[in-house]
Amino acid sequence: MENICNWKIGEKVATREAYGKALAALGAAHDFVVLDADLAEATKTCYFKKAYPHRFFDCGIAEGNMIGVAAGLAAAGKTVFASSFAMFAAGRAFEQIRNSVAYPHLNVKIAATHAGITVGEDGATHQCLEDLSLMRTLPGMTVINPADAVEAAAALEAVLSVDGPCYLRFGRYATPVFHDPDTYRFRVGKGEVVADGTDVTLVATGIMVGMAMEAAATLAGEGISARVINISTIKPLDEELILKAARETGAIVTAEEHNIIGGLGSAVAETVSEGCPVPVLRVGVADSFGRSGKVPPLLELYGLTPAHICEKAKAALSMKRK
Amino acid sequence: MEADKLALLKHQAARIRLGILDGVHGAGSGHPGGSLSIADILSYLYFEEMRIDPANPTWEDRDRLVLSKGHAAPALYAALAARGYFPTEKLTTLRQVDSFLQGHPDMKHTPGVDMSTGSLGQGISAACGMALAAKVDGRDYRVYAIVGDGESEEGQVWEALMFAARYDLDNLCVVIDWNGLQIDGPVSEIVNPAPYDGKLAGFGCHVVHMDAHDFDSIARAFDEAKTVKGKPTVIIATSVKGKGVSYMENQVKWHGSAPNDQQYAQAVEEIKAQM
Repeated sequence: MENICNWKIGEKVATREAYGKALAALGAAHDFVVLDADLAEATKTCYFKKAYPHRFFDCGIAEGNMIGVAAGLAAAGKTVFASSFAMFAAGRAFEQIRNSVAYPHLNVKIAATHAGITVGEDGATHQCLEDLSLMRTLPGMTVINPADAVEAAAALEAVLSVDGPCYLRFGRYATPVFHDPDTYRFRVGKGEVVADGTDVTLVATGIMVGMAMEAAATLAGEGISARVINISTIKPLDEELILKAARETGAIVTAEEHNIIGGLGSAVAETVSEGCPVPVLRVGVADSFGRSGKVPPLLELYGLTPAHICEKAKAALSMKRK
Repeated sequence: MEADKLALLKHQAARIRLGILDGVHGAGSGHPGGSLSIADILSYLYFEEMRIDPANPTWEDRDRLVLSKGHAAPALYAALAARGYFPTEKLTTLRQVDSFLQGHPDMKHTPGVDMSTGSLGQGISAACGMALAAKVDGRDYRVYAIVGDGESEEGQVWEALMFAARYDLDNLCVVIDWNGLQIDGPVSEIVNPAPYDGKLAGFGCHVVHMDAHDFDSIARAFDEAKTVKGKPTVIIATSVKGKGVSYMENQVKWHGSAPNDQQYAQAVEEIKAQM
């Protein structure tokens, strides 16, 4: 994968771009097929389409059928990637994913782009804030939300070894690369401690990992030692790492570009409440729909910022001290 | 059709009907009407048409059958048992908590079931995927999908047909079981997909008609489908819901209810009289 992961640390790259590049690169050694629903230019499956036209099938604007076709291909032994926007993959085709893919545990990789509020100007109908929740509830579904381009490419390679359905969440918005492409190894189901700390743990996923790292730096300046954990595999969750953080730091803040209901915050709270109850405060979109706008003001409006994470971290600390 | 072959197919169809009754009666629930309407088609598919090996149900080059109208599972199970995929005695375990025979087909646990179905409109898409896989891999197996007439109210059925036509899936043969009844009443009074011919042709499909209870007609339709190149075939199979059990025929109430002991005995007697 060195040929595609040539991004530099700090360079801004959207994870959808990494997905598209990695898909085309992996297509050389793996005989998977790729489906899209009239969004190849946006989901970036266009790179694979160009390289392997005989293994690319555009299903048109018919996401339910696309997932069913993917299931049939998988039932006949093929590994399949099916792409659309998160809203129309996890949302529109939820029941097809549930009954035709997850129930028979077929080898379909649903690679959804344009997840979250950072879709920006297209607004609420296209800003999927529910997909992690929907996909996480399906038995046997692996759910992955990479934090940067390097992790997105690495995750794509890793899921080829997963026997069964996977949901991969990618974004449209370019964010800074922080993983070293030369050394980073993705392990499905394993969280990553990106910064150590002792007072509070910031558990983040996707684009919020970078913000959590910024928040940790700010908190350090105020004498608060924050651990930062990147949870790129939402399911199966790295419960061991989460519980260790709960035991060692005694307070947790989760951060996700998703509704605070049902996603990472819920997953962490479920684990912590059963295994080591400590305060868990959630940063995310507070049970509302998105709206049109440029990305920076949207992130500000919905509280998806390092400053907001810092605020929650202090609140969590105060609860811990009671 | 030769008399011997016809006798065999009729005999197996009767066995399938008995298996449907055994399953649904044993379970105390299920869908006899739309199971009985496809019994003759399944007899033909499993005993004449399809390239299959019951000893090797996952054989890569086998023909596939996707029961898109998954609620007719009792018919599929009865056909699979009759063909030797598993013992017919198992049919009475249908829908029991410890059985491998789920209320709707489960490919993970029932030998011979090629796709898990039950949520209407989805099986035909999976059948498209299987037919596409054959094209991608250069294999010559065929894929059959049985779709209900009520089921074809689902938009996904038409998405799938457009897809099949776009990708020249001439190895796909869809059968629409046109028995005319759905849960809430006659299909013609709910939201009627018929007339089918013009719609199907317009969607890029080759259209064939079949009398679903006449083996010569069934044979002609499937034979014609195999000659079609460059497009999928859809067979419009005119059938009788509840076919073979007098009091169930053309009765909406037998879409999804099980016979009691007395009704079961009468039904078995009627089917045995046809053997």
